[in-house]
Amino acid sequence: MVKLHQSTVIDAPIASVWNILRDFNGHHDWHPAVAESQIEADKKADQVGAVRRFTLTSGENVREQLLSLSDADHAFSYAIIESDLPISNYRANVTLKPITDSNQTFWSWNSSFDTLPGEEAKLSKTISEQIYQAGFQAIRDKIHGLVPPSQKQDANLLDRAKVLKARAMVVRYHGEPEAFREKQMDIAPPGPGQVRVRQHAVGVNYIDVYCRNGSFDMPTLPAVPGMEAAGEVDLVGDGVAHFYPGQQVGYACMPLGAYTSARNIDAGLLIPLPKFMSIEMAAGVLLKGMTSEILLHKVHQVQPGESVLVYAAAGGVGSLLCQWANHLGATVTGVTSTVEKAEIAKRIGAHHVIMPESTSFASQINDITNGQGVDVIYDGIGKDTFRQSMAALAKCGHMVSYGQASGPIDDWDIKGLASKSITLSKPYFGDFTDTPEKLKAVSARLFDAIEQGIIKIQIDHRFPLKEAAKAHRLLESRQSTGSIILLPDRFIRDDSYQQ
Amino acid sequence: MPTAYASTLISASVGRVWAAVRDFNALPSWHPSVTESRIEGYARSDQVGCVRAFRLRDGGFIREKLLSLSDISHSLTYSILESPMALSDYCATLSLMPVTDANATFVEWSAEFSCPTDKERQLVQQIEQDVFQNGLASLKQRFGG
Repeated sequence: MVKLHQSTVIDAPIASVWNILRDFNGHHDWHPAVAESQIEADKKADQVGAVRRFTLTSGENVREQLLSLSDADHAFSYAIIESDLPISNYRANVTLKPITDSNQTFWSWNSSFDTLPGEEAKLSKTISEQIYQAGFQAIRDKIHGLVPPSQKQDANLLDRAKVLKARAMVVRYHGEPEAFREKQMDIAPPGPGQVRVRQHAVGVNYIDVYCRNGSFDMPTLPAVPGMEAAGEVDLVGDGVAHFYPGQQVGYACMPLGAYTSARNIDAGLLIPLPKFMSIEMAAGVLLKGMTSEILLHKVHQVQPGESVLVYAAAGGVGSLLCQWANHLGATVTGVTSTVEKAEIAKRIGAHHVIMPESTSFASQINDITNGQGVDVIYDGIGKDTFRQSMAALAKCGHMVSYGQASGPIDDWDIKGLASKSITLSKPYFGDFTDTPEKLKAVSARLFDAIEQGIIKIQIDHRFPLKEAAKAHRLLESRQSTGSIILLPDRFIRDDSYQQ
Repeated sequence: MPTAYASTLISASVGRVWAAVRDFNALPSWHPSVTESRIEGYARSDQVGCVRAFRLRDGGFIREKLLSLSDISHSLTYSILESPMALSDYCATLSLMPVTDANATFVEWSAEFSCPTDKERQLVQQIEQDVFQNGLASLKQRFGG
């Protein structure tokens, strides 16, 4: 059993300190570690036996029960009855004592608890510093900021307590990754039909690069980019019945703004995560996976026996297209830039791999298809590959241009399409997911494919959110494989992040 | 039951303050009202059950019995066996607590006792001020205020 004892002296009479502390539900008004708190089951905050359910600003949920409260002794005790922390048998005592010769207050905060072997020192330090000592300082600040106290200030404090502090990565101007800057944001309680989400993982996609560098116009700068994230429901707004606090959710959609530790989003855009799916996996797969589902089933319904060409075959979307197209019975050819990526592409389902070699792209396609060309091409590269892709198509082939990593495609005269009866598609993800019904159908098929093992998610790169610039540099360098995700919770502890 | 209470803050570690007050025979060294003290029956001054007999500056004679002493909680409890004050059932506790975010000690001294109702206010005031607060002020002085 670990025992903690912290104490301090507050430069205020005991009555004014006790007045704040005796409210068992008041801690979210003053304690910096407490984001949101409520008393369960309509009990009073000074009713012994009452349970306060609260969320720490670091995201963990905790339920604590008031065991005793004494106005005579200026003391109360409580126990953790349920929490996301690795802690058990936690019991704490808060006691105030008057210092009679100076009109100050002595405050002691004691506790005892059990935890996992080896975790004792770390947890003791966290609780002592971030709960007890931070609490002492917060009360000091509150008392000295609130003299003389007025009801108006109290009301403001309450409002502010409902605001969630978030850290976001903001694009300040269109340009290089240096355009990112970390920013503190206040996230208001969710409006009607909205859900406030605490995001624990954010997906990085090429569209984020376009937003940053200006090829995809963000309405007004500075702005927060990002279309994909996952986490848990923090609060639900009026009229939202199908989500509840603590539920694991994700999304992949407009409006932009995913590069943040928390945000409000319309409930209709949120996807409840299936039990088998972790938050990190969701952030690594939702946008890329739903894009793949749309490309392989809606933009073009891939048939057994068709030949399919996939660019960036070891990349985020590319690797999913290879796996899934293979499962659908297509003959898959992957295009990669290095031997390592070629091996990945082959391992995950590409029957053939094309690399920059002595022989031209066209002749490699010729060899693979016996001069017939490929039936479907999934091209996310754009400018650099469009011309060779059009040439590589079979008769009645389908060119699906779903991205432009190398830049926008020049004006193209559609007359040439007739030479091989080519179909050209330029799909926009949002048009396939803009109603809850469409979203549900697309995500359901994706989740099935993952659960059945048809596609496997490879998250090869994890960065703290504040290192978004590094993630973008990696993505643009074409050195990455699989998915890249950003972890907002690593903001405060990125020193412990060594992977 | 009337209670008397006084406390102070001393800028020294609990260990140092405790070393000064745990000796049940040491009142003359830190309490300004006590001139001499001895432990009856050759007992040790930290032996629970021992009795200290001491004389006040104003001539009063008091006998007190040590009821508990804890080096863990840094506290001691004692009762009055004999005194010039018109009270009975007097039981007092002197207790130290560390202020962990400063190198300081919170010292509290409290007592409960019985007395005639009309004497209550005067006795509480006398014990809180003359016995406890003056004693604590002197102790505090010893550690530099």
